[in-house]
Amino acid sequence: MTGLALGTAALAPARRGTRPRRYRIGWLLPPAIVVAGFFGYPLVLVILQSFTAQDGSFGLSVWTQVLSSPEFGRAVWQTVLLALGSTVGCVLLGGFLALVVAFVPFPGATLLARLVDTVLAFPSFLIALAFTFLYGGAGVFGTAGFLYSPWGVLLAEITFYTPFVMRPALAAFSQVPSAQLDVAASLGARPGRVLWRVVLPEALPSLASGACLVLLLTMNEFGIVLFLGAKGVSTLPMLVYGKGIVTFDFPAASVVAVVNVVLSLVLYTVYRRVVGRGGRRAAVDAA
Amino acid sequence: MTPAVEFRGVSVHFGATQALAPLDLSVARGETLALLGPSGSGKSTALKALAGFLRPSAGRVLLDGQDVTDLPPHRRGLGVVVQSYALFPHQRVADNVAFGLKARKMRRADVTQRVGEVLELVGMSEYARRYPRELSGGQQQRVALARALAIRPNVLLLDEPLSALDAALREDMVAELLRLRAELPDTTLIYVTHDQSEALALADRIAVLRDSRLVELGPCEQLYRRPATEFTASFLGAANLIPVELVRADGSVATVRLAGRELSAEPSGTLQPERPVALGVRPHRISVGEPGPDTFPALVRGVQWRGSGYRLDLRLTDEVCDLRAEVPDSPVLPAVGDRVGVSIPDGCPLVGVGG
Repeated sequence: MTGLALGTAALAPARRGTRPRRYRIGWLLPPAIVVAGFFGYPLVLVILQSFTAQDGSFGLSVWTQVLSSPEFGRAVWQTVLLALGSTVGCVLLGGFLALVVAFVPFPGATLLARLVDTVLAFPSFLIALAFTFLYGGAGVFGTAGFLYSPWGVLLAEITFYTPFVMRPALAAFSQVPSAQLDVAASLGARPGRVLWRVVLPEALPSLASGACLVLLLTMNEFGIVLFLGAKGVSTLPMLVYGKGIVTFDFPAASVVAVVNVVLSLVLYTVYRRVVGRGGRRAAVDAA
Repeated sequence: MTPAVEFRGVSVHFGATQALAPLDLSVARGETLALLGPSGSGKSTALKALAGFLRPSAGRVLLDGQDVTDLPPHRRGLGVVVQSYALFPHQRVADNVAFGLKARKMRRADVTQRVGEVLELVGMSEYARRYPRELSGGQQQRVALARALAIRPNVLLLDEPLSALDAALREDMVAELLRLRAELPDTTLIYVTHDQSEALALADRIAVLRDSRLVELGPCEQLYRRPATEFTASFLGAANLIPVELVRADGSVATVRLAGRELSAEPSGTLQPERPVALGVRPHRISVGEPGPDTFPALVRGVQWRGSGYRLDLRLTDEVCDLRAEVPDSPVLPAVGDRVGVSIPDGCPLVGVGG
């Protein structure tokens, strides 16, 4: 037994060092080719296209032209504002709803929590469609003016993306031990103080990761804005669509797309860091 | 004198399930009462009803004569330490301890001073800047105690505070709690545990609970030496319950018959004439040796080494009754299947059974 164990141990470095390396590369190659072919290559094409003017010349002229245009500035501004507004709205609404579901016992709370998961699977345009039936010109509430304004888009995005905050918040709230709430109350803390000083700080990493995810997704939201057709609302994805599909100005569309991708990657990096920090903390706390 | 804590017919129900049968109990100022019982006996439920974490379905809870049944936990002013410690993981030790003081809007300078005092009391001054996750179980336990003591409660509730610790640390902490107890003579302590040795070491009185009911209440020594019920006899001290025939009972002394021989015993005072009785014999009081005219013949059915001694599983052959005996380490030890003689001392408690 010992001999076998020693033999295995002696073999292990050799196996790790030589043959398995080729072996691993062999396994990695197919997915690498798929990623390069279906994601990397189009991205490179888009980047190259952004440096190629419509007359075929290569340079920064398209970038200069797009970045200095008022419609680009407006699109960036509106995209950021809508994304930030939606994120704040989702965090407030999602956090509040999660608190109610987690801590206020009422019949159907479990069912409601499960419905949240279902909403996550819906396409975003469905919300826009539902809003049209509710608030559209011929809708139940008939407030078309509101629906086709930036406020309509904001409300639709908050409605659709709230579950993305509610889900992690619910998970975080359910992990706060009831003994902590009891002890906090016994120490003289009123419910509001228990919520503010005990519950929310412990759920903060989850709320932050949900907020980052919503910010990332609303930054790239296309379906809701397109479907509502809100006047005066021009976001970066809408600008890409307008330049590329409507006016066939592919170089300008590529510039906007690259800016959008860079913004998304930055946000995604922040999101990963926040999620990672929450995960590490949870692991330490559990230990 | 008004009791510090009083349960008046307090019962708790979860739906149709009774978690605590009507409980009447008083605890004096400065007294330590242990609520002792197995899992599901209702001891933690009683504590939660007292702390305000559970709403009694009937009865009243009084603190210093004031009815607090309808008061929320934050207005009862009790110190609570729970089994899991429930420290706030995002707060440093000092902030955990200061939590109750800040909730009471105490001045910052006073908070700092009080936090320093209680951390020193529990020997955790040098850990004030640490987070709970950076502490061992015993250290977390001390911080939880400090946090509960910081608000200077008149009543301190300890719900199985040592259960999560290993055996050696638990013994250290019992000694630590005894030291703390001496420093807080006016504080009433209610200590929930399923560990009889903790209850015996710390409490002035023990309330034994079983199946959501109070079975027996009394001073530790009385409950240990003269338990009134078979449950208390077996749970507190793991006594063997040997069915015997009551020959006569005369005040504090009774004579019983076992396998044709008479023994003297101490009746608990609650014996009923028609009820069967049993002798409560602690395992360490049983002597095992060669069979002889003064011993009860027994068969050895099991031998377990316990480090400092042995545990023997025996069967009294004349009475078909199983016994556990704890004997010291010895070069001559019976083996499984041996026939031995068992000596049962006079003066063992006599309890009624089947009640």
